[in-house]
Amino acid sequence: MMKLSVNGQTHTLDVDPETPLLWVIRENVGLTGTKFGCGIAQCGACTVHIDGKPVRSCVTPISAVGNSEVTTIEGLADESGLHPVQQAWIAEQVPQCGYCQSGQIMSAVALLRDSPDPTDAEIDAAMQGNVCRCGMYQRIKRGIKRVASGEVQFFDPKSDIEVQHG
Amino acid sequence: MGKWTRRGFIGAGVIGGSVLVIGVAIRPGHRTPGLAGYVTGEGENLINAWVKIDENNKVTAIVPHSEMGQGAQTALTQMLADELDARWEDVSFIEAPAEDGYANYAMGKGYILGDMHIPKALVGTVDGVFMQVTNAIHLQITGGSASIRTTGVYGMRVAGAAAREMLITTAARSWDVKASELSTEDGMIVHKASDRKEPYATFAAAAGMLTPPSVPTLKTPEQFKIMGEDKPRFDIPAKVDGSASFGIDAVVDGMRYAAISAAPVFGARVQSFDASKAKSMAGVTDVVDLGDAISVVANGYFQASRALASIDITWTETGLKSMDSKAIFAQFQNDMAQANGKGDTHTDVKKGDVERAYKGAARVIERQYQVPYLAHTCMEPMNALARFADGKCEIWTGTQNPLGFKHEVAVALEIPPENVSITNHFMGGGFGRRSNSDAAVQAAKISKAVGAPVKLIWSREEDVRHDHYRPAVASNFKAALDEKGLPVAWENLFVDKHEPAEAPHVPYAIDNQLIHFADSPTHIPFGPWRSVDHSQHGFFTESFIDELAYEAKVDPYQFRRDLLGNHPRHIKVLDLVAEKANWQQALGKNRGRGISLQQSFGTLVGEVVEVTVTDGKIKVDRVVVAVDPGFAVSPDGLKAQMESGVIYGLSAALYGEISIDRGQVVQSNFHDYRAVRMSDAPKIETYIINSMESWGGAGEPGTPGTAPALANAIFAATGTRVRELPVSKYEFDVDFVEENEV
Repeated sequence: MMKLSVNGQTHTLDVDPETPLLWVIRENVGLTGTKFGCGIAQCGACTVHIDGKPVRSCVTPISAVGNSEVTTIEGLADESGLHPVQQAWIAEQVPQCGYCQSGQIMSAVALLRDSPDPTDAEIDAAMQGNVCRCGMYQRIKRGIKRVASGEVQFFDPKSDIEVQHG
Repeated sequence: MGKWTRRGFIGAGVIGGSVLVIGVAIRPGHRTPGLAGYVTGEGENLINAWVKIDENNKVTAIVPHSEMGQGAQTALTQMLADELDARWEDVSFIEAPAEDGYANYAMGKGYILGDMHIPKALVGTVDGVFMQVTNAIHLQITGGSASIRTTGVYGMRVAGAAAREMLITTAARSWDVKASELSTEDGMIVHKASDRKEPYATFAAAAGMLTPPSVPTLKTPEQFKIMGEDKPRFDIPAKVDGSASFGIDAVVDGMRYAAISAAPVFGARVQSFDASKAKSMAGVTDVVDLGDAISVVANGYFQASRALASIDITWTETGLKSMDSKAIFAQFQNDMAQANGKGDTHTDVKKGDVERAYKGAARVIERQYQVPYLAHTCMEPMNALARFADGKCEIWTGTQNPLGFKHEVAVALEIPPENVSITNHFMGGGFGRRSNSDAAVQAAKISKAVGAPVKLIWSREEDVRHDHYRPAVASNFKAALDEKGLPVAWENLFVDKHEPAEAPHVPYAIDNQLIHFADSPTHIPFGPWRSVDHSQHGFFTESFIDELAYEAKVDPYQFRRDLLGNHPRHIKVLDLVAEKANWQQALGKNRGRGISLQQSFGTLVGEVVEVTVTDGKIKVDRVVVAVDPGFAVSPDGLKAQMESGVIYGLSAALYGEISIDRGQVVQSNFHDYRAVRMSDAPKIETYIINSMESWGGAGEPGTPGTAPALANAIFAATGTRVRELPVSKYEFDVDFVEENEV
């Protein structure tokens, strides 16, 4: 049995330690917003935060997560509503098929936390690992700039709820 | 905005095979009773097959197209709501169930006729025939950029207008006034003379008893209130918070996970395999031999895929080991030469006499082009959840063709189609790929074999290596120029022709034309890929016309323009894209512009690509698009589709290649089958012309013009003519910045 903290809730899980975090989040924790795209950290669809840093969950074994706090797309919004990046994504009508967007948003949130007013080059570098086959890069960039230009509240992960899983 | 609910099905009963629901205007008659059970809940009344209005005056459009990000569900709902004169805030939609009654009649007609302009006088006579045809081939397809131009134009608008007229008729009877004294506004029936106003809901039940009018009056463009407006897409909120349910996210109780490995050489079969180790691995419950694939079923997907990797499978010999890309292209040239030599090519277009024109010409120019196979690489790998029990099979997946899937699963399991149900989900990319039911059929067979619900997920490697590929094509051109440099003959010989029929045709006024093709089948499975045959022929024809302009020493924009005498729409698009791209303004050193013009799926698109080539490194700086879709129902949606179409075309043009070696696909994942990423993405500007000519599609027309405009720009910048895609085959550097491992 191991403990995993996701979006402020601690889950007790019985999983093989080799299992990638992606599949634990999707199958054991039951949060399906984090997506499988390539399995080899080439597309970014599975991006989540570990202690606020973006990682590719498809190549991160659950054993490597330890006591760190995992944040997924489902954990971005809080009582006050959607995260500003999510709001900007709606305002710019960013998603098409939407499958890559959880990963895109997680990468963008991390970028804006480190660099609240990023240059184009910083955006290119931070978002380079996230493929969008619908090609919505221009809108993603506009969404990031929209957040940069406005009031931005950042999500602060909390660990205070306990949930048990088999 | 719900999907189909089980409650709807349970309350339904069986739909008769004779039920027709699409386009009340093109197939008049009262058909709602057979469908009412499917789409109405308590307190709701079905006005006709495309719309329902509930007791709170909420309007629900019933949309027979699935959502893969193209925005069709929102745009179609706009079309219906506008004609109905509904209040937009009261409008939502549901996706039609996979039932024969919703067969995509309008699209079938469009495809089969190959022409969306059906003369009014003919409509009544062809309908019966087409209904039979489309029922027979189980069309409920989302593809062919057809949603707006067929379902929307022939279905949603007509249905909205018919419903509005039925409500007016009912209100007139109820109030004992003339229908002509009534008007509608924001979901209300208005009688100005008596200052009376009632919501549609008051009359909905009685209106549903009427026979829909066969030719309701449609709004004129000046009357549009919702069409032509940017409405936020219904599907977007769920796509930013992780709640959108894609096929891969479907869950049922007792579900297991399956990984699969199909024969690497297409057509090979399982000869033998040793699964003893796999069966002993943690979580594994079953190993299933499907004949052409081995699947491992486990309690988790990771366990299934890990165990699958441990199985050593021996596949049967196919005699295809010598087949590689080089051999395939050699076969194409050989088959063309043979067919041409014997005079038995298939003639597509024949005008005048090219042979005679060559003799009298000042110059004859010959060029050869070729493009490779391409995978779709939808972001969501192929998958399906199947539950087989008691001779019935339920499928949860994202599909462009739910009705086709239903019938194909039925055939594969040898059960009647009514025993198969399809629950459609959002598609994480479609691009044509999700019109093929292979993963759903596999999932159904695996579920049946193991006696439990199974979610099958393809690895990305499986996805890249078992696609239905955009076909590779070789295309040879020969043209004659007269002494003034004008083309007098255009000959094009290529291999294999699919759809749409007009893809290889050119709008240019050239008196002598011979467009013909030879058959040259290979063992590589193929299927529709965003813009289908236009994706190859747009590159060929718009590259060759550019070469002729160069040979004639005429500006390539002007050269095209001079040949478009009979096509004012084309000229407008070409002029606009040239103007917006500052075509006449010279670019600096190492920079170049290329232009293209392509009509596909009823929409005209002009593109100008700007590149900078420094020390062989290609950077695509800017793409300008001018588009005439007839009318843009959702201008921002059309823009989004142009942006998407350009990037999809650019990925293919720069790096897209599925190559074949020893009979199998070489590439496997995003590292060797690349897509444009953030830093490679150009600035894209889109300019829209609402010509009000017949309405065209949006999802595909942005793609075909990108590769030729890029190739023409590279030529302008460097003098190197790209005649074979992808561009990475040439001595150019198309590398992107390597990702920093996070």
